[in-house]
Amino acid sequence: MTWKWESQRKQYGRALVELGKERSDIVVLDADLSSSTRTADFASAFPERFFNCGIAEQNMIDTAAGLAASGKTVFVSTFAVFGTGRCYDQIRQSVAYPKLNIKIVASHAGITVGGDGASHQIIEDIALMRVLPNMAVIVPVDSNETYNVVKAIAKTKDPVYVRIGRADVPTVTDKDTPFEMSKANVMRDGTDVTLIGCGILVSKCLEAAEELAKHGIDARVINLHTIKPLDEKTVVKAARETGGVVTAEEHSVMMGMGSAVAMCLVENFHVPMKRVGIPDVFGESGACNELMEKYGLTIENIVEAAHDVMKRKK
Amino acid sequence: MEIYDGEFIAELEAIAKRVRSHSITMIYRAGSGHPGGSLSGVDIMVALYFHVMKHDSKRPDWPERDRFVLSKGHAAPALYAVLAEAKYFPEKELETLRKLGSRLQGHPCMRKTPGVEMSTGSLGHGLAAGNGMALAAKLDRKLYRIYVLCGDGEMDVGETWEAAMLASHYKLDNITAYIDRNKLQLDGPTEKIMSLEPLADKWKAFGWHVIEINGHSMKEIIQATNEAKGVKGRPTAIICHTIKGKGVSYMEGSLHFHGKAPTDEEYKQAMKELGGTDR
Repeated sequence: MTWKWESQRKQYGRALVELGKERSDIVVLDADLSSSTRTADFASAFPERFFNCGIAEQNMIDTAAGLAASGKTVFVSTFAVFGTGRCYDQIRQSVAYPKLNIKIVASHAGITVGGDGASHQIIEDIALMRVLPNMAVIVPVDSNETYNVVKAIAKTKDPVYVRIGRADVPTVTDKDTPFEMSKANVMRDGTDVTLIGCGILVSKCLEAAEELAKHGIDARVINLHTIKPLDEKTVVKAARETGGVVTAEEHSVMMGMGSAVAMCLVENFHVPMKRVGIPDVFGESGACNELMEKYGLTIENIVEAAHDVMKRKK
Repeated sequence: MEIYDGEFIAELEAIAKRVRSHSITMIYRAGSGHPGGSLSGVDIMVALYFHVMKHDSKRPDWPERDRFVLSKGHAAPALYAVLAEAKYFPEKELETLRKLGSRLQGHPCMRKTPGVEMSTGSLGHGLAAGNGMALAAKLDRKLYRIYVLCGDGEMDVGETWEAAMLASHYKLDNITAYIDRNKLQLDGPTEKIMSLEPLADKWKAFGWHVIEINGHSMKEIIQATNEAKGVKGRPTAIICHTIKGKGVSYMEGSLHFHGKAPTDEEYKQAMKELGGTDR
């Protein structure tokens, strides 16, 4: 399969500028990374509604809380490693607990940050955010979906965490693919096994499905963009109809999308399952594809997991 | 300079006395809470709610209202007592502090309690939240002002200084920070735990206009607030020298009552001193 590779950040910047034109209540905060997160596009279009907080993420989140409490729809951006762990208490106390209208759109998540190494490769942000009451967690699959997600969440009044990457990602949707929060997108039908991916791993699930087809295995592929609130209906239906599930994510297997799916299935419809993701270790410097390979996020890893699940099916 | 007539000041002082009495009663009934830091900040809150601020208890969400943020959220009993005195909810409800199902949480919750502008409790958040409100006021060209009460222990928190920097960077002359300088934090005297002095110089260095007052003098609180309103292009910090546990003799300057409810005997004594009803 050949993919068109496009930037999620660029679409984030574009969507923000459009929102800024449409609505005067949109304000944007960044912590000295606006040219990387692309909030700089909004900053040039609407300088009076953009506040650079400097390298002070804790302060940025609480400032956002004050703006949101005053009726603003606040987008806050920085790298995912700084926009979650570094200001966790602020997100907990001043965003999630008071359920304020703040959208944390964090870029440079996961190991595909590449050369910066483990200090910058957050692989636990989904875990941190999904355990917070009132917090929704979305991982847009590609550039089109990033744009659609930003436009969609701006219509809600509640806290949302959106995780995007640094690198360009394969475009698996088209501009008209609908995005509805908490409504998983079945990208390919299948009856033998279900591959559930989020973010950059969805394209790999699609490729793995092609590979499995060669072995006579008919795999369903789901883009589970919203990790919380989870589309339990689509997940359980897939488990019921295919009898086995593989999840794949660029995140620690400890408490990411895969474990959300596992928890859902354990309680609702128990089927053989395998999680593809980063094992319980920190990353390191390297090229994206080298890291994906070393940490087990390849098409082959997914195919192998699917075979394993197939074997365990009754 | 304004002339303050004695009767008007006496009225505020009478409210403050009632608020102290309510606060201690609430903590006594709840069996836990923070009497020391509640009592030290009472006069500042009373001056703000009963003289300085534009607000309307019948319309807690009135867009033009001034905003008060209790950054030192553990002084919640005093804030609740002030809000009850200001008729945001019935005085009777004060009895429910820290009880299951109550709107009066151990620390302020903006989603539960009418009149509470920001959920606080984890220290060092309030000033930054106040800054967000001040930025919103500027964006919307509104004249309302933001008042934030910080504890001096919160000066240990890095975010306090991040917020101090942001307020002066964005020239937020519509925010005033009151620092309840009672000189005691949970583990001991502030200067022993983490030296804060020279505190005024620190705020000045961060670009703030700084005023030092006696934080138990209604007249000085009001005068300093008026001065702050006149300062253009930068925020004002009012360092309020206070006494932890102010108003109850055995709590004054006492570390013991940072976070502990009075016993039956102690409660009776407090009510005697505050002229409250022994409940």
